[in-house]
Order: sequence, then C-alpha cells, then structure tokens
Amino acid sequence: MVRKSMELQTELQQRLKKKNILLMTHLVLGYPSLDTNKEVIEQMALNGVDCIELQIPFSEPIADGPVILKANQQSLEAGITVEQCFAFAAEMAAKYPDVCFLFMTYYNIVFKYGEAAFLRRTRDVGLVGTIIPDLPPEEGEQYFALSKELELAPITFFTPTSTAERMTEVAQQGEGFVYCVARRGVTGKQTAIDESLDSYLEQCRQATGLPLAVGFGISNRDDIAMLTGKADMAVIGTATIRLVDEQGAAAVGPFIAELAGAA
Amino acid sequence: MKKGYFGQWGGAFIPEVLYATFAQLNTEYEKARADAAFWQEYVELMGNYSCRPTPLTYAENLSNHFGGARIYIKREDLNHTGAHKANNVMGQGLLVKRMGKKRVIAETGAGQHGVATATMAARFGFDCTVYMGEEDVARQRPNVFWMEKLGATVVPVTSGSRTLKDAMNEAFRDWVSSMDDTHYVIGTVCGPHPFPEMVAWFQSIIGIEAHKQILQQFGRLPSRVYACVGGGSNAMGIFQGFLDTPEVELVGVEAGGEGIDTDRHASRMTGDRASAGVAQGYKTMFLQNPEGQMLDTHSIAAGLDYVGVSPILADLGEQGRVRFEAATDKEVVDALALSMRKEGLIPALESSHGFVQAFKEAPTMAGDEAIIINMSGRGDKDIFTVAHAFDDPSWKKFIVDRGNEYSK
Repeated sequence: MVRKSMELQTELQQRLKKKNILLMTHLVLGYPSLDTNKEVIEQMALNGVDCIELQIPFSEPIADGPVILKANQQSLEAGITVEQCFAFAAEMAAKYPDVCFLFMTYYNIVFKYGEAAFLRRTRDVGLVGTIIPDLPPEEGEQYFALSKELELAPITFFTPTSTAERMTEVAQQGEGFVYCVARRGVTGKQTAIDESLDSYLEQCRQATGLPLAVGFGISNRDDIAMLTGKADMAVIGTATIRLVDEQGAAAVGPFIAELAGAA
Repeated sequence: MKKGYFGQWGGAFIPEVLYATFAQLNTEYEKARADAAFWQEYVELMGNYSCRPTPLTYAENLSNHFGGARIYIKREDLNHTGAHKANNVMGQGLLVKRMGKKRVIAETGAGQHGVATATMAARFGFDCTVYMGEEDVARQRPNVFWMEKLGATVVPVTSGSRTLKDAMNEAFRDWVSSMDDTHYVIGTVCGPHPFPEMVAWFQSIIGIEAHKQILQQFGRLPSRVYACVGGGSNAMGIFQGFLDTPEVELVGVEAGGEGIDTDRHASRMTGDRASAGVAQGYKTMFLQNPEGQMLDTHSIAAGLDYVGVSPILADLGEQGRVRFEAATDKEVVDALALSMRKEGLIPALESSHGFVQAFKEAPTMAGDEAIIINMSGRGDKDIFTVAHAFDDPSWKKFIVDRGNEYSK
C-alpha cells in the first residue's frame, strides 16, 4: 500500500479525530539485529503506533546522542547495508499497512544512492516520507522538489532556536508533519516538559498548519500526558532502544501500550 | 554560484538547531572581513604574539644536494605553539570576542590544533573544551598534558574510529547544546560554510608573506609551491599567495601511508578510494565505501589522518589549478632525516610530506628556478612520535628507564 504525502498529513489529521495524540517510534535498522527489529515493530504495530522511523545507519550520525550513535556503529559493524534496509522496509510496510513508515538517515546515504533513485525506491517500497536531519531546505531544493513530485513527505524541523520567520520559511518547504525538536542538543537526553516548552509549541503552532511531532527526550507516560493538547504526535526514540537493550523486544509492547494509554 | 560553494564542493549541511548560530557567525565573519581594522588587529596580534612574519629560509645545502631548483622553506614552524594552526585560532579568537561568546570548543587529531586553541583561550580568557579521539589521546600524551596545563578540558572520544573525524562529530554534538555562549573553533578549511572560507582567510597571511619574501630574496616568482594536505589549511594558506599567478604550479601532498594502492592511507585526491560525499556539514571528496560509510584512514602523521579534504582544494584540484601527489610514511621519515642533517631543520611529520615531493622534483628542475616548501609545523615537539618513527634504540631505553622510575 502506497500512502501519498498529501495523505500523510490528512492521514494524521484523520487519526487525530479519534486520538488525542499520536505516537511515532524509532529504531535503528540492524540494531541489535534485523530479526529483533522485526519483533519490535510487531509489538509497536500491535499496540497502536501511528508512525515508525526506520533509521538507516550512517558512520557519522552527528545529530544523535550516545545510545543511537552506538546502535548505528554496531549495526554497521555487523554488516548492515542500504540494500538490506530497503528490503526490510518493504517487508514491514507490506505487513503493517496501518503504520506509516518513514526513513530517517543522514544525507550522505541518500547522496551516494542517488537522490532520485533513493526517493523512487522509498516510495516504491511503501514508505510515506523521509527525515534527513543534516539536509536543510537550502541544500535540499532538488530533494524537497522531487519528494513532493513523488508524493513523499520531506519532513522539516523546528527547534527552540528557530525564529518565527525561520519556522514559517521551513514549514513551507515540508509536508506530512513538522518535527519539533524539544530542546537543544542531541537525541537521548531527558527534556524538561515545562512552561518554556509550552510557549515554544505555541510558536510552532502559529508557524504552520502541519501537524506537530515533538521529539528529543520524550520517554514516559507523564511526558506524553503533558504534550497532549499541545502537540499532535509524540516521538519516542532513544527510550525504546534502551528498553530493548535492557529487557529485550518483548518489553516494547507493554511500554507502548502504556504510552498509548496516556494518550 | 551558491554561497559557500567552490565549484560543486562545500555548502552548509547543518542540523536546523544550528541555523541561527551559523546566521550569526556568517554575519560577524562578513563584517570582520569587510573591516580593514579587523585584519590590521589580526596582523598586529600575530606579530606581537606569534613571531609573524615568519621567515622564508633559503635552504642552500639541500639545494646543492639535489643540484636543481633553489629550495626555499616557509617557516610556519616558528609560530607560537609551533605550527600554522596559531594563525587560524587567533583569528577566530578575535571573532569570538566580537560575538561576545565566553567558551570555545575544538576537535583535535594530533593535538596541535587543540594546543593552539587552548593557548588562544588562555590568552583571551575563554573556557575551553577540546575533543580528541581516545586513540589520539593515547598516542599524543604530551599535547594532552599541555592542553590541560593551559586550562582546557580534554574529552577523550570513544565513538567510531576514535580519531579526528569522531572528535569533530563530538564537538558538533557539544555545539548543538551550547551554541548560545560557545563558538566551535574548527581547525581546518573544512566543515560547513563559512568555515572553509574563513579559515582560509586567516591562513592567507602565510601566502601574502611568502609572495613578498620570494620576490625580495629571489627576484621572481617560484616555479612551484609545495604543501602537505590533511584538511588543507596550511596548503590553502600558502597557495593563496600564488593563486592569481598561473605560472606558479601548486602541489598538494597527501598522506600515502603504506601506499595508495593499499587500504592504509589518507589520500583523497590521489588514488581511487575517495568519492564525492556529504559529511561533517560539507560536500567534498571523502574516503568512503560505495554506500557512503566512511573508511578508516592511516598516516604516520596524525594531522593528515582524516577522511575529507577542503572543498576549496577539491575544487582547485578538479580545475587542475592544484596538482595532488602522495608521500608514503617511509618517504616521509627519510625526508625528515635529510632535512635535519642538511639544514638543521626539523619539520613535523605532516610538513615532511611536502618535502618528499619537493625533493623528488627539485633535481629535475633548472638551477635558475625556485621552489617553496611550506614547513607547516615543527617536529621537535613531536619527539615521541618522531623517535618512534625512527625506532631509535637509545630513546626507547630512556622511556623504559623513566617508566621504571615512575612505577617504583
């Protein structure tokens, strides 16, 4: 099933009629193994996750903190390839049509594959969009244009350092949703859910009509309860990787169920 | 052409969280560049604090030894902290003052840029954190000692290949949290715009001086200018003095390691292991596999042991304005030995790469031609690395004895 990017936004807005807040999870492909990834995705899908970011490992993941960095490295050491990631993504997208899958990776992976070839295949295997943290709109003109042509959502970012003007500029380039980075820094550190986050999210809301996904340091039920009503989707990244490291794939289901309960 | 691009190379592939930081940096850099008083302040600081202008030394003995071109050596080794790195850090230090930031961070491979940054931070009163690959911390203990004594915090980086590129990634990770009060002092002509252009500007002081000095001493321009190329800052520095004079051939010498036909080298512009890519915020030739994963690099000279190369040099190479060659570890040690015996000069292992290629070509040139080698740094401060490279028995005994003394 191929979802179209115009539809990712619509799809998320449809879901928001039934849920107060959506959930997006993340995993690093090949860490600790593709087999474990499969079990984890099954648990996520069965417990009502809306979107899943599939991270294609890169040797220089500059926006990621220690946990995801280590996962990238170990997956590469175990020999993961981009080809395997595409095959795996195709299988998952076919198996779980209710989940919106996106690729997350760094631009060099796309560049080496060829922008057009990468995006066409991403669409063909049934993914709905891509998240490339080191490709700002200024450098990604072709990429953004081609994504839209192929009806894939190129996800853009808001951050607490973004001015209102910049947010408007960036949001115009993106589709699907906007990834609102909750704080400065890299992935995996706890974020204080406080008043400054509230005013930041208000600012984000004013800059775009796209749904707002909030990530970086969101890890528990309380975080999600606090975000409900202020954001449209909570992004759980490092927390699930830690959980799988510590308790195995089977722990993911109850964890997601609990989060979904808070939402 | 798009801002920050040199031909197809360069750009600013930065996470959105750094957008505002780069906007400020670009503004301040452009203001400084348009302000003649800033450059004047910089030249005065370097004259007063770092022995500039550095001499251009006529190497008469080496010239006679090879019996070809007259060999001149630009003495960046005489900078404070012993290398051209001082030019860049003091320039960026002045900019940090203008931006009102209080803390600087840096990546370092061999430790030279780290020591230079720690020195600048001490002089200007900034807090300083230096990221250094765990493997380099182990290899370059003396530089870690000096950085710490200069007041810097040295953070060993344990991710990736635990060398320069990983230290750079880690510095970026610090910066995305700390940019409000912190400036990242990138050590070379790499990274996102404006770094390549800005660092090249500070380093252009080398070429400006060398151009003037060769005319004074030799009466005309040199036929060729040689410089080693890691990231490429010393090469860009001296080359800029001769870019507008096409009769001067510019030769960049990369780390050939154990040979460019092996997988143990760091040659991006020579050999066939590098290809176009985007990492660490910029587009250039990277040593990477076909899927875009960076490869491990090797060089006897830690300062050349890096996966990427300046986008400005990638462009000049593509245009044919700069010719690239590679020198092997073994050739480097031989050239260093000869320079010591013939001229009493101790070039750093990095700089010795330039000497290797100059020594190969000088004998084939006419006696009325001149060449310049950029001696980017001095080797005597690298006594542990150099003595190790020479496999010197009496040095080894000294280390063992000292070790025994400390373990008592």
